[in-house]
Amino acid sequence: MKDMWTAIPARGRVILLVLLAALLVAPAALDRYFMSVLILIFYFAFVGQAWNIMMGYAGQLSLGHALYAGLGGYVAALLWFYFGIGPWIGVFAGVAVAAAFGAVIGWLGFRFGIEGVYFALLTIAFAEFTRIAFDNMSFTGGPGGLFLLYEEQRTHEWWNLRGGPLLFYYLGLALAAGGALLTAWLARSRLGYQWLAVREDQEAALSLGVGAFRAKMIAVLISASMTAIGGVFLAFYYNSLFPAQAFDIGRSIEIILAPVIGGLGTIFGPIVGAFILTPLGEALIALTAKFGVDLPGTKAVFYGLTLMIIITLRPDGVWPWLKRLLGLEPKS
Amino acid sequence: MLRVENLDVFYGDAQALDGVSIEIEEGAIVAIVGANGAGKTSLIRTIAGMHKPTRGHVYFRGLDIAGWPSHRVCDLGIGQVAEGRQVFPTLSVAENLEMGAMLPRARAERAKNLERIYAMFPVLIERRQQAAGTLSGGEQQMLAIGRCLMGSPDLVMFDEPSLGLAPTIVQSVLQTVRDLNREGLTCVLVEQNVAVSLKLASHAYVLENGRITLAGSGEALLGDDRVRQAYLGM
Repeated sequence: MKDMWTAIPARGRVILLVLLAALLVAPAALDRYFMSVLILIFYFAFVGQAWNIMMGYAGQLSLGHALYAGLGGYVAALLWFYFGIGPWIGVFAGVAVAAAFGAVIGWLGFRFGIEGVYFALLTIAFAEFTRIAFDNMSFTGGPGGLFLLYEEQRTHEWWNLRGGPLLFYYLGLALAAGGALLTAWLARSRLGYQWLAVREDQEAALSLGVGAFRAKMIAVLISASMTAIGGVFLAFYYNSLFPAQAFDIGRSIEIILAPVIGGLGTIFGPIVGAFILTPLGEALIALTAKFGVDLPGTKAVFYGLTLMIIITLRPDGVWPWLKRLLGLEPKS
Repeated sequence: MLRVENLDVFYGDAQALDGVSIEIEEGAIVAIVGANGAGKTSLIRTIAGMHKPTRGHVYFRGLDIAGWPSHRVCDLGIGQVAEGRQVFPTLSVAENLEMGAMLPRARAERAKNLERIYAMFPVLIERRQQAAGTLSGGEQQMLAIGRCLMGSPDLVMFDEPSLGLAPTIVQSVLQTVRDLNREGLTCVLVEQNVAVSLKLASHAYVLENGRITLAGSGEALLGDDRVRQAYLGM
C-alpha cells in the first residue's frame, strides 16, 4: 500500500491531495445542480473503473455491464421495497447475484474459448435476456418500473441510504476513490501482472504458466461486484428503476465511455474520462437549450462528434497525454 | 525424464498427431524435425498442457500429466519458448522477464535467475526499460528464452527458435541452446532447420503427417538417405 503512494511523483502527490481536499470541501460552495453533476461523475468514475479492470487490465471486452449495475440495483431495491432490508445489507445480496451472473458469463466464455467480439456479444445477450425477463416479472414492477418511496421524514437515515445530495456526494466520492485505490493495488499484485500477460498475449501467458482461466474469472467477478455496488448507489439515488433503462445497451456504453476516453488500463483514466464526459453532456444540454434547438438528437450528435474528435486526437485516452503535460511521467 | 506414449491429438475432425511416442532423457538435446504441418507444434502444445490429447499418455518423472492445465505443467519444471517468440510487445524487457517468474517454483529464485539471464544476454540489460516490441528479432528471441528461464525450468521445449532470424543470429541462438544444455538443462528442439538441429541433438525424431517415421541419434539421422533426400535436398 505504501509503495503505491511513493510510486507517484512528488508533484503528482501534491495535485492529488489538493484535488481531493477541494472535492471534500466543495459541497459547501456548490448548489444542488453542481452537486448532482459531481455525483454522476463519481458514479461513472467508479463503474468505469470496474469495467476498466476487466477490459483495460485483463483485456476482456464486456458490452453488457449494465447487467451488473441493474442487477445490483434491483436486488437491493427489491429487498428494501418488500422487506425493509437496508441497502448496506442489500448490497451484499446485489453483489452476490451480479457476481453469479458474471461467473456464468465468464465460465461460458472462457471455458469454451469464446473470445473478443464473440465474448462481447455474449455479454450483450445476457443483458438483453435479463431486460426482457425483468420486463415480464410482476414483482419487479415490470416495464412500469420499481419506485422507492421518498419520505421527507426519512431523509437523514444514512444507514438506509435515505438522504439528500450530501450523503450521495460523499458516498460517491468514497466509491470513486476506493475503486481507484483497489485498482491500483490489484494492478501491482501478482494477479495484476497475470492480467497484463493475458491481455498482451494469452498464448504466451499460458506458455509461462499463467492460469489464464482463473485470472480472467477473477477479473469478471471483481468487475461485476464493483459494478453492482455502483448499481445499488444509483438505484437509491434516483429512487426508481426501469428494465428498459437499467439493462439497456446504451447504459452499458455509458459505462465504458469514461475509461475509453480517459485511458484504458490506467488508474486515473476512468476518473479523468468521467470528469470530461459528464460535464460535456450537461454543457450540451444547456447549450442546445440556450440556442433554442429542440430537434431530438442534437445533443447526441454533438456528444458523438466530440468523442470522435477526442479519440482521434488522443487514441490512448486523455490521461496519458495529461500525465505528460503535467510532467508526471516517471523518469526512466 | 519425459515419455510420450501413443499420443493422439485432434483439432475438431482433423488429426494432428497419430500414435506419437517419444522419450526424452534427462540432460539430452532431443530434436524433432519435420515439414510444416507435420504436427511438431501440436506435440509441444500438448505436452505443455495447452491442448488436450484424445488418447495417450505424457509421463514426466513418472507422473502422467496428459491433459493437465498449462500452469500446473509449467510448475513441474517444463518450460517452452513458443514459436514466433511471443514477447509482450508493449511491456518493457524487465517486465517481460518478470512475467516469466510468476509461478511459485520460480519466485524464490527470481533474483538469481535474473542475474544469470542478464549475464547470458548482456544486451537485455541495456534495453531493460525498452518496450519489447522495439527489439530486433534476435533480441526478442533472447528475451523469450530469458523469460522462459525465469521460470526455473528443468526441461525447455524450443519451438522454431531460428524462425525468421538472420543466419549469424541463428548460430548464436543455437549456441545458447547448447550452452544451456551443458549447464544441465534438458532441451527439446523443434526445427525446420534440419541439418543444424540434427548436428546439435543427441537424439532425434522425424515427424511426418502426425506420425513418428524415424528415430535415432542425430548423427545417424544426418546420414540417413531418406532424411538427406527429404529434408536436406541431397
